[in-house]
Amino acid sequence: MIGLLVGLAAAAEGTAPAEAGALQIYEARSLTAIERAPSEAPDPVILANATVMTAAGPALSPGYVVVVDGRIQAVGEGAPPELEGAAVVDLEGRFITPGLIDTHSHLGVYASPGSKAHGDGNEATSATTPGVWAEHSLFPQDPGFQKAIEGGITALQLLPGSANLVGGRGVVIQNVPTRGGRAMRFPGAPETVKLACGENPKRVYGEKGGPSTRMGNLRGLREALLGAQSYQRKWAEYDGKLAKNDAEPQGKKQKKNSKPAEPPKPPDRDLDSETLVGILEGRILPQIHCYRADDMLSMLQVADEFGWQVRSFHHAVEAYKIRDVLASQDVAVSTWADWWGFKLESYDGVPTNAALVAEAGGRAILHSDSAVGIQRLNQEAAKAWHSGLEAGVELPEHEALRWVTLNPAWALGIDDQTGSIEVGKRADLVVWDAHPFSVYASAQLVFIDGVLRWDADRPQLWSDFEVGQSAGQEVR
Amino acid sequence: MWALITAAWAGCQALQGGQVFDGHHLSRADVVVVDGRIAAVGMPISGLSGATYKGRDCELHELDSSAVLTPGFIDPWTHLGVSEVGLESATVDSQGSGDPIRASLRVTEAYNPASIYIPIYRAAGITGALVIPGDGRVSGQAGWVRLSGSTQASAVVEPSVALVANLGGESRAQSLQELRELIQDARAYQANRGAVDGNRYRSFVEGASRSDLEALAAVARGEVPLIVQADRAADIEALIRLADEQRIRLVIQGAAEAWKHAEALAAAKIPVILTPMVVGPGSFDQVHARPDNAKLLDQAGVGVMLRSAHNYNAPALRFAAGNAVRGGLEHDSALAALTSAPAAAFGLDDRGTIAPGQVADLVLWSADPLEIGTRVLLVLIDGELQSLDNRHKALFERYRELPGSPVPALSVR
Repeated sequence: MIGLLVGLAAAAEGTAPAEAGALQIYEARSLTAIERAPSEAPDPVILANATVMTAAGPALSPGYVVVVDGRIQAVGEGAPPELEGAAVVDLEGRFITPGLIDTHSHLGVYASPGSKAHGDGNEATSATTPGVWAEHSLFPQDPGFQKAIEGGITALQLLPGSANLVGGRGVVIQNVPTRGGRAMRFPGAPETVKLACGENPKRVYGEKGGPSTRMGNLRGLREALLGAQSYQRKWAEYDGKLAKNDAEPQGKKQKKNSKPAEPPKPPDRDLDSETLVGILEGRILPQIHCYRADDMLSMLQVADEFGWQVRSFHHAVEAYKIRDVLASQDVAVSTWADWWGFKLESYDGVPTNAALVAEAGGRAILHSDSAVGIQRLNQEAAKAWHSGLEAGVELPEHEALRWVTLNPAWALGIDDQTGSIEVGKRADLVVWDAHPFSVYASAQLVFIDGVLRWDADRPQLWSDFEVGQSAGQEVR
Repeated sequence: MWALITAAWAGCQALQGGQVFDGHHLSRADVVVVDGRIAAVGMPISGLSGATYKGRDCELHELDSSAVLTPGFIDPWTHLGVSEVGLESATVDSQGSGDPIRASLRVTEAYNPASIYIPIYRAAGITGALVIPGDGRVSGQAGWVRLSGSTQASAVVEPSVALVANLGGESRAQSLQELRELIQDARAYQANRGAVDGNRYRSFVEGASRSDLEALAAVARGEVPLIVQADRAADIEALIRLADEQRIRLVIQGAAEAWKHAEALAAAKIPVILTPMVVGPGSFDQVHARPDNAKLLDQAGVGVMLRSAHNYNAPALRFAAGNAVRGGLEHDSALAALTSAPAAAFGLDDRGTIAPGQVADLVLWSADPLEIGTRVLLVLIDGELQSLDNRHKALFERYRELPGSPVPALSVR
């Protein structure tokens, strides 16, 4: 049995942790890829004579970035080093930033054009559906992916909606055109899960068996986690029996007439519990839709009770009220620059939210939650930064850039791979025709893993939906 | 420059050294405001010498050369004052229900001048708005509000500047025919009032009351425009035809594919209200939406207005304009889309421009009004200096210091 499981782990390309029990090895199997991610081998390129906004620190101007084998090989100020075989692009003072990253998108799961048929974001058949995966709703032909790369988005998290207390797994993807969802997965990114508190679950389920109150929401989540603990124990017992079985001396002489020992039987698998166990074990990063300060504190309380860590609150329009707690607990805040008031739990939103969180040492993030907003995440960061400056919250420009680059990378567990322009990271880069905090700035070139995926002067249609819509018609 | 923000704003005020967008063009100019109206604008102003304008003592304000004075911005598509918290129906009066024809409804009768949104809009440089009723075949009458005044009487400038209608339902063809019949019924009612009142006339479209037909008659006579939401080119084409055939004034809201009929819209003098942030096929009606829609329409001579996407997102108005410029629209046209274009479309002739005799609805900006880092320095409505405080700022102040409760314990006196 163990031999078989080890074989599964190998098939999963090492995605199971070294100390994995049987359950984790099964999970790794579920993450293998049939369709290979597109893997063009990019030629080396040097982006020179630019203002390089690294997000790691102040901008380098004039500066350069050297890309070799899809990774950032060098970044610096002044003239770039010579590199044989590398194309040198003179950017004539334009701006380079890391690729923008959106922690909260429903592209693909609520694909455009908006339609009943594309409503794949909320599995609203039960308030607790941890076993569903956004990846399995992901429609790679959503035209929104192209609109997003036009705005410089190189990586994003696709999430289920917020109808459910536990809405299912999110998926962290690279913004590359593929035929299936699996091939978009960001290599090595951890699993994530969407949770929701407050108004949405109780509105959706209030007349469908509950929960119908905030206290009902909390009971629902805690009961689900209790169930996961019990499931976790069953698998731990199984792992224990396996280990014991395995430890029996191989050459030991069997007693006469006794049958060989039966291998232990694994417990029945349960997809809902597997996701929740991932939360308890810290392997699956919780992303929690939550608006009000007191709701967020309640969720932190539950996390503490069950021994897990909230990775990021989403929307979190009242984060500024508890920014000290969020900073000390290392919980990221994914929010908007100026969305508020559309429902009562968003009534106290302020445009200085992100800036106040950042000033307190927290990780502020501007997310979109919108197929429109994702096209201009740079402007969201700029709006939030200037709202802070106008109110006297003084933060450097590179801090605001982190709100759409390095901080979202952290919230998604990929900050060692992307999110800033630093040597060794993936070459996820955007070249802007003006300062990216200007309303007039547009992304001109977008690189993912050093591959040029968007050039505004040579636009390509990504979505099959948009192909042929004007075919045979009068050309204007 | 900062001094004028707190200065009393009465009598004669002269602003010198900045740039002025007069509703059509941005240029270096000075402005004199006397008793709440624009007295003069120019470079130089004749009659202005030192701090005296035509014999009158003025307060003189020296502006930075980067500062820009514009007419107050106008959002032509809001639920301001009639929808406070979108998902709480008790606070929402913009959406009627039941009867699909409610042309007689005046949405500003529900206008709440104490809405927390109003000071937030004002701090974003918006001084006027159309308040729009929603839903139904005919939603009701849109009103014009100025974003000052603590009563409906002082805030509602004109309760009926347009009628709002919607296509859709089961069939666009059916809804277009319903609109056509309603306008014909309104004309018939006007021509045969005696017979109608004496119950000696044919029946009208079901649900159209006599007061509805009165309201529709204002559209039939061309006194106020009919605003219809439409994105798809074919719907826009059908509406242009309807307007021509029924000789009514039309405004098209949404208009994502309007660029396909730019020349026809210009010829028919039908202005559009755009949301330039939407550039993808968000719906089947927007398959041919494109980012240079505003530019193409403006170049063809169509009156282009812009709107903020949501009630709760006031700053989006100027950024919508900035993004339209990013999509190719001329900067002057983008500013006109927020000022003179809506004033012209809805008959507010003494607002929306900076010219002698105009009402002083003015905003002073630290720099380019469409750029993200630009700040509002001063807002005047009807010549009155407005507070730039709002609930956002009050909450910010309350939570400026942390940790702990924002409400400190009291000392025993």
